[in-house]
Amino acid sequence: MVVRTPGVSPAATSPPGQRRWGWWTRAAVRAGLITAGLSRRLGLGAGSIIGGRVTLALDAHALRRLAAGRRVVLVSGTNGKTTTSHLVAAAVRTVGPVAHNSGGSNMADGAVAALAEARDAEYAVIEVDELHLAAVAEAVDPMVVVLLNLTRDQLDRATEVGAIASAVGHALARHPRTVVVANADDPMVVSAAKLATRSVWVAAGSSWLGDASSCPRCGHTLTFTESGWECVCGLARPTPDWRIENGKACTSNMVLPLDIRLPGQVNRSNAAMALAAACAVGVAADQAASALREVDVVAGRYAVVHRGAQNLRMLLAKNPAGWAGMLSMLGESRPLLVIINAREADGRDTSWLWDVPFEQLTSRQVVASGERAADLGVRLSYAGLEHQTVADPLAALAALPAGEIDVVANYTAFHHFRRRLLGGSRLSREREVAR
Amino acid sequence: MSGESTVTIGLLLPDVLGTYSDAGNATILAQRLRWRGIPAEIRTITACDVPVTTCAVYLLGGGEDTAQQFAADWLRRHDQLRRALETSAVTLAVCAGLQILGRSMSDASGHHYPGLDLLDITTAPGRQRAVGEVIATCTVPGIGSLTGFENHRGVTTLGPGTAPLGRVITGTGNGTGEGTTRYRTEGVFTDRIIGTYLHGPVLARNPALADHILHKVTGQVMPALDLPDQAALRHTYLSHTYLGRNYLGRNYLGHTYLQGRFSRCS
Repeated sequence: MVVRTPGVSPAATSPPGQRRWGWWTRAAVRAGLITAGLSRRLGLGAGSIIGGRVTLALDAHALRRLAAGRRVVLVSGTNGKTTTSHLVAAAVRTVGPVAHNSGGSNMADGAVAALAEARDAEYAVIEVDELHLAAVAEAVDPMVVVLLNLTRDQLDRATEVGAIASAVGHALARHPRTVVVANADDPMVVSAAKLATRSVWVAAGSSWLGDASSCPRCGHTLTFTESGWECVCGLARPTPDWRIENGKACTSNMVLPLDIRLPGQVNRSNAAMALAAACAVGVAADQAASALREVDVVAGRYAVVHRGAQNLRMLLAKNPAGWAGMLSMLGESRPLLVIINAREADGRDTSWLWDVPFEQLTSRQVVASGERAADLGVRLSYAGLEHQTVADPLAALAALPAGEIDVVANYTAFHHFRRRLLGGSRLSREREVAR
Repeated sequence: MSGESTVTIGLLLPDVLGTYSDAGNATILAQRLRWRGIPAEIRTITACDVPVTTCAVYLLGGGEDTAQQFAADWLRRHDQLRRALETSAVTLAVCAGLQILGRSMSDASGHHYPGLDLLDITTAPGRQRAVGEVIATCTVPGIGSLTGFENHRGVTTLGPGTAPLGRVITGTGNGTGEGTTRYRTEGVFTDRIIGTYLHGPVLARNPALADHILHKVTGQVMPALDLPDQAALRHTYLSHTYLGRNYLGRNYLGHTYLQGRFSRCS
């Protein structure tokens, strides 16, 4: 059965196949791959960022050339990019090889590295930072863009959300052949995706409206009703092509199970977005739905790491919206280690901790950790939570009991802690496979 | 005000001016009262509500351009509330909230629009966005150093006779000098209104400022609170090690400037 995406038919694309790059591009790609390999061997990391940068430094048009002739899906938004791109990649892999920046390096360099490593893949699923979406879309002329949500994240680095939505919208408007799979429940996303020519709306829900209860277009307060939201200026929730009902993804003519292994309502929404995206690429819906069920660990997230008598469930949340989805995933009364950094990739400003309802985390042991453990500790005190503060996360484990422990960290804190736990990049890959 | 009566804290328009987590200031004031045995209540006042005008404290936070204009219109429409801010309550206004209370603001396109005229200040967009850590010396005796994170493009000029909240040591703050002196100023301090560009939230970083507000509201002496991690937090942001070792040479000594495409914000 081939079910076409409601609302649109898959876009016609240039034929896949021959990727004939000029000798200079081939040399730039080769140099990037060698650098990446070297970086990996030295244990400095996955190497995709440095490798991609080398390639881009040698050939500024490398991204355009590497993407030419492929069917590209870009996955963007504030939260859920990595998870959703893994889900989309799993679904698309059922019809052909996929180039995928699976490690989460989501700027142009990461995209270049992924495409260079899988040069024969007909498909590409690329996670893109929302600030870089316009530039990347310009270069790769995507078949599908998935727009999950747009909320506040790293304001110091980025800018205010409305400005991002507007930049994304104008980028989408420049690609009339691209199908935009967009979250109808996120007013910021809708204000951006409305500018696209072809859209598929998914009622993916929105767990946090802290930035979006006023209209992104005119600033008036949005009116929320049972069937959605609207503003006096005319911006309103579009009629969704896909809905989630009783844990199933529904369109006007089909119902598909969403019994995924990843926890939480948020991931069910991500799966619905991924399903709609896979269908827009031309994957049969039932085939895509069963592929989603195979995904369990996403770039180290949701993995369980065994350390002595402790089983650490590794979770990542980096802003209030991410935490809003995270709270329902945490085990009731299970001890919790929270690790917060404030490096450039995390955002230097820790104010966002005050929009996380930590008040809900009663009846469990909580340890605050990370380079901004004190900021977190003060926040937890005002939330009325008794806690311990141990800045070094490995030392913090000593303060926690044996058994199941939830670990929630923000971006750099997650990756630093994971690397220290698993020790060395090669070892980490092996252990995760053997998990 | 007797010790028994509940102190009400009015959190104004968190749905509109909620971008920078300044609502945390309400939690901080309420908890610091409760920990001292004084009942406190947070009244959240959204754009859909008819605002209560009897709160002892009102809080305004930061937000984006369109949200700021909407909030200014909304506040001007509620004259009773404006009168409460002017005559009966103590107000803490942060960033866009500070600008709204002034005479006028102008946006990036040069369009002027009026504020609430409760403070003799005017705000215009600067050339660059000021983003980063701020350290200032508070002009109010007993409060000491102020720390916070600024993220704004507004340059605020204080009228003659309007006092700043602090003198900038690192960072941008108001982006203007203090009258004819050579000090750069941060925020505004009047009898009833404290205005600042500092997020963090500002009262989480500067508990003495919180207690100054609470003393003013209750008339009571605020005994010291021993909050775990508070000293470590202030040390993080006020110590020279932090500024010197980690960020020197990375244009992060108090302020980083972002230029260009996206800087159309307040």
